[in-house]
Order: sequence, then structure tokens, then C-alpha cells
Amino acid sequence: MAHIQVPEGVPGIRSLVMFRPETGKPLYELAQVLLRGESPLSEAERELIAAYVSHLNNCMFCRDSHAAAARCLYGDEKNTVDDVLNDMHQSNVSDKLKALLRIAGKVQVLGTEVLPADIEAARELDANDREIHDTVLIAATFSMFNRYVDGLASFTPTDPAEYEAMGKRMTEKGYVLPQPIK
Amino acid sequence: MAHIDLQNDLPGIRGPMAYSPGTGKALNELAEILLHDDNNTLSRGERELIGAYVSSENDCFFCQNVHGAMAQHYFESDMQFIDDIKKNYQSTPISDKLKALLSIAGSVQKGGRFVTTEQVEQAKSLGATDKEIHDTVLIAAAFCMFNRYVDGLNTWAPQDRQVYVERAKMRAEDGYTNMNLNK
Repeated sequence: MAHIQVPEGVPGIRSLVMFRPETGKPLYELAQVLLRGESPLSEAERELIAAYVSHLNNCMFCRDSHAAAARCLYGDEKNTVDDVLNDMHQSNVSDKLKALLRIAGKVQVLGTEVLPADIEAARELDANDREIHDTVLIAATFSMFNRYVDGLASFTPTDPAEYEAMGKRMTEKGYVLPQPIK
Repeated sequence: MAHIDLQNDLPGIRGPMAYSPGTGKALNELAEILLHDDNNTLSRGERELIGAYVSSENDCFFCQNVHGAMAQHYFESDMQFIDDIKKNYQSTPISDKLKALLSIAGSVQKGGRFVTTEQVEQAKSLGATDKEIHDTVLIAAAFCMFNRYVDGLNTWAPQDRQVYVERAKMRAEDGYTNMNLNK
């Protein structure tokens, strides 16, 4: 049960933004701009970074929902998502994306963990400033979302089918603030 | 020097916010509701203090000084008082309720799952409402983002701590949404 009185049966962050839509609005705007707005990184890559950071933070709700969205976006190559979550270094994603995921993993620990050498490594694989910026901010943002969702002990469904439906919705509709229950 | 070319020489989070205005707008709107909006039973000073405390735990020089100076401004205290709270809030004369909320914020800083039912019950028994607990958790979580954004890109920060104190009054008046990043 959640630590505070949020709408019953509503999972994860949705229950929290329904409890407090005033903060929900900029949170959903941030997710929409960051994960669906203009970026040299594909939507699939951005969802994968989000799922990877959530995995490192042990936030099951965010990991499974964003992994589901990433699987939808990767289509025929959806196994990529599970490969990265199992062992990023052995996965078949590009070396450039690995270098970005490595930076994301460092941001997950703490900002100061990111060293000039990590940035150089990504640059040598053709990552540009915008891609590095977006990677850092996605990793930082999920270090927030994960803590928000778990810090209030919001409801985490366990049925994989529920996440599959969430992933489909996140892919088709993007991040739209849920309306409060009347 | 920042890890990427931010195309400006603004300090701290203002650099990447100017570089990426789309995300900057959402981030400032979040800060406005959480820290500056007066429709809240936690005072602005209490909320800024939670932000400063979490930033101190995350060792983020820029954020802990910006928001420590904001708390100092609202509390009309000196810098030492804020430093004492960051270092060991239990030994300071702040309310037991605020101590209970800082304890929750400290757990959020480590990870969401570190928050215990006992901590939440303790805060509630000292009069904390659900909304106050919600805001405490979200402020702490948001600073785990802001701190990582600021340090993950290696932005620069003025080293003279008095600079932050001098800017606090203007920020308190303007708030975060109306922030002129270049001012």
C-alpha cells in the first residue's frame, strides 16, 4: 500500500500525479519533451536509456513500463531491450549507444562520477553534444521518477500483460497527464 | 569546463537550461510549484531547506548553495544555521516535524525503497499531512535529478558562497518560472 492516500488500483506514477496534478503537469511535460520531442537519439534509444537507469535503481514499475515502450519502438529488434537489461556490455547495441549507456549508468550513481574520459569515449564513437546532453538529462530525470514512485511506495503491478498495454499506450499517445477520478 | 559546449557561460543549471529551453521550461515549472508556490502548508523556507539538504547529501556545490541561500533568506538566518542543518539537523532547533520530513528526504536521496513505513508514520504523528509527505518525497527526488544534471555535465559554479546569498532575494521575488536565465 502506498505511503499516502492515492487513488486505489492506479499504478505507479499515474496514481501520484492524480493525487497532485499541479506537479504532475510539469513532470509529464518533461517526459514528453525529453522522450518524444526533438532529439538526435531515436525514441527507442531514449526509452532504452530510461529503462536501463530504472533497472539500475531497482525501480520495477519504471523499468518494466519503459522497457515495454522500448520493445514496441524497437519492433523486430525488441530483444535488444532485454539483452541490454541482462548485460549491457554484451548486448548487440552499437558501441556509441553503449558509451552513452555507460554515461547514463554513471549519472545514476551521481553526477560527479561522469569523467572527461567517459565523454571522450562517446565522442570518439560520434556522439554529439546534444546526444550527451539528452543522455545525462534522461538518466537524471529517471533518478527522480524512480525515487518518486518507490519513495511513496506506489502500486507496482506484477502482471507482464499490464506493462505491455502501458508500453503500447506510451508509444501511441506519448505522455499525457491522466485526468483525476471524479 | 562543462563536458559539452553549452553555447553560453552561465553558471550551474542555468547553462544547460539555456542550451535546452524545452526541457528547461518544464524543469523551472516543476521548481516553481514545488518551491515557490504559496498554495502549500510547508513554508517556502522549509521546502528550500529540503532541497539544500538533499543537494548537500549529493555533494552538489551549486545546488546546495543556491537553495541553502534561499532557505537562509526565508528564515532570515545566517549561513551557519543552514550549514548546521545540512551537517546534522538533529542537533538544530528546527521542529520535530521538519526533522521527520528531512529524515524521509534523506532516505529518498539514497533510493526510493529506503523510505520506511515507520518514517512516514513518525512524520504523520508529528502532524505531517499526506500532501506534505508527497511534496517532501518529490522535492528530494527532484533534487536527485537537478544535482545529477548540474554535475553530470560538469557545469561551473561560483566559489564565493556570498554570491548565492546576494542573489537569493531576487530569486525569491521573481520565482522560478519568471527566471531570466541571463540575469
